[in-house]
Amino acid sequence: MLDTELHNNQLLLRLSGHWTVNRLEAIEKALSALPATEVAAVSVDCTALEQSDLGPMWLLRHALQAYQRGGAHINYVAGAPEHFAFLDDLQVHTGSPHVTREATLLWPEKVVATFGKRAVKIGKHALGHLDHFGRIVITEFAALRQPQRFRPASIARHVYETGINAIPIVSLIAFFVAVIIAYIGASQLRSFGATIYTVDLITVGVLRELGVLLTAVIVAGRSGSAFAAEIGVMQLNDEVDALKSIGIDPIEVLVVPRVIGLIIALPLLTIIADAMGLAGGALLSKWLLDLSLSQFLSRVQDALASTTFWAGLIKAPVFALLIGMIGTYRGMQVRESSRELGRLTTTAVVESIFMVIFANAVFAVVFVELDF
Amino acid sequence: MSATDSNVVSVRGVINRFGDQVIHDGVDMDVRYGEVLGIVGGSGSGKSVLLRTILGLQKPTAGQVLIEGADITAMSEKQLLSVKRRYGVTFQHGALFSSLTIAENIQLPMREFCNLKQGTLDELTELRLNMVGLPLSAATKLPSQLSGGMIKRAALARALALDPQLLFLDEPTAGLDPISASEFDHLVRYLQDSLKLTVVMITHDLDSLLTICDRVAVLVDKKMIIDTLDGIMNNPHPWIHEYFHGPRARGVTAGVTT
Repeated sequence: MLDTELHNNQLLLRLSGHWTVNRLEAIEKALSALPATEVAAVSVDCTALEQSDLGPMWLLRHALQAYQRGGAHINYVAGAPEHFAFLDDLQVHTGSPHVTREATLLWPEKVVATFGKRAVKIGKHALGHLDHFGRIVITEFAALRQPQRFRPASIARHVYETGINAIPIVSLIAFFVAVIIAYIGASQLRSFGATIYTVDLITVGVLRELGVLLTAVIVAGRSGSAFAAEIGVMQLNDEVDALKSIGIDPIEVLVVPRVIGLIIALPLLTIIADAMGLAGGALLSKWLLDLSLSQFLSRVQDALASTTFWAGLIKAPVFALLIGMIGTYRGMQVRESSRELGRLTTTAVVESIFMVIFANAVFAVVFVELDF
Repeated sequence: MSATDSNVVSVRGVINRFGDQVIHDGVDMDVRYGEVLGIVGGSGSGKSVLLRTILGLQKPTAGQVLIEGADITAMSEKQLLSVKRRYGVTFQHGALFSSLTIAENIQLPMREFCNLKQGTLDELTELRLNMVGLPLSAATKLPSQLSGGMIKRAALARALALDPQLLFLDEPTAGLDPISASEFDHLVRYLQDSLKLTVVMITHDLDSLLTICDRVAVLVDKKMIIDTLDGIMNNPHPWIHEYFHGPRARGVTAGVTT
């Protein structure tokens, strides 16, 4: 491939065989093995060169240029390789600065820069969320004055997609979680001889906390991601800009119907989850505690305070607002590339689940303080 | 060199059918070494389907596609891979990978097939950018940060990454302003002349056809009519006549026919 002879400061390069793209690896190795010493002259012999591609010739040319910069004289034994004429011509066309790279930083600077960039980014996102929320509220108030701007057809579609379509999975999960609580509760309470309190555990646990929380987490995964992805793809296809150019506010047609649809659907889903949870509890009570349905129901009545059910349900619209806002906001942020779409969809789901659980914690503290 | 040897690509009796809909009904086409062949046809005449068939992305319902004498319709995926390395393709909208920079886009084919050092890859990227006339500052940009004309050039640079002898260009000048389009035409012709490439381009641009194509292939009535530019322009087929002598064509072709 490449034979080198070095004597008296004269380097002879003998090229042979195929210098093609298929052999780039071998060519790279051969060229990097060239002597780095300064030589007075380099002779290039291409008589045995059978075939050559542009890429390898470019690498060869670079190597020769390095010798030239070191003061060596280049001469070709039997004429320059065939592609050199083209490459010479090309250089005249464009000049040859080097590929620019980002300035390198020292590691302490990098750490500071990373933290700084992060902090600025988080601040920007907080402001962005606030801005998005503000726009939604303004649009909704504007729509209150002109009710046709609420777009009932669109809201109905989102209630159907986020609510009705989610009924099977939400029911199933609520049922099984109630079964788990009943099972563990019964086996733990048995040692105190207080197995009857399993019913209280299920009733309060499902109605106050788990029913709504599980529903919200499932909906965040299902619909939060769908909102972000749907709006994100519309952003990538310039559909959002098309709406704006027609004079339609994308917040009004894309964001508000989704958020309102979810605010309607999530409480309804929560009621179904509550009912399925109690059904799971009743089944397990029959099985583990030998409690008949009527006994179970009267025990549930005793365990219920007047606020238990509402303390769970009241959280649903708040969670819905959080999930809807985060999903649509992240969707609107998608710009430029398909990777952004994936990243922001993921972010939307993670953020909405986090916010739902965080809000639930706030509710728990507030309810205890208020004795609700 | 016999007659078949002078063809880089031969399409023999290709039939493409989707359900009841017949797209191609016996298409024959030969592409000779070192020529620029322009493919034209009405919207929906199946130009892109034909290109996908030639590229091996889609198997024809019947017929053969020979690339350098090898029938790609009868090949396994693995054999097809070695054929695919020998041609470069640019797609209509560039099809640059949107999450990679221009330099990474150009390096992708090289990374996939060879294990090279980053320095070598950068050197080769520099070459490809120079070849298509992009400034080196474009290397670190994302495709979304480039103009339409630059995206077409970057796509060409990626297509040239493995030094193919055969180039397929799908509407390379669509959506470009006339100045950029004509610059791109000249770039293709310049590279074709200097590197002895064979170029097959789908185009709607009459200027491109007239200035850089050696021969023209027209897809009409589910078949292919292929001839020199003069021959095609004097073809009596009503669609072809309308194409080259219709109201939009008159200004462009006026200087050529007389």
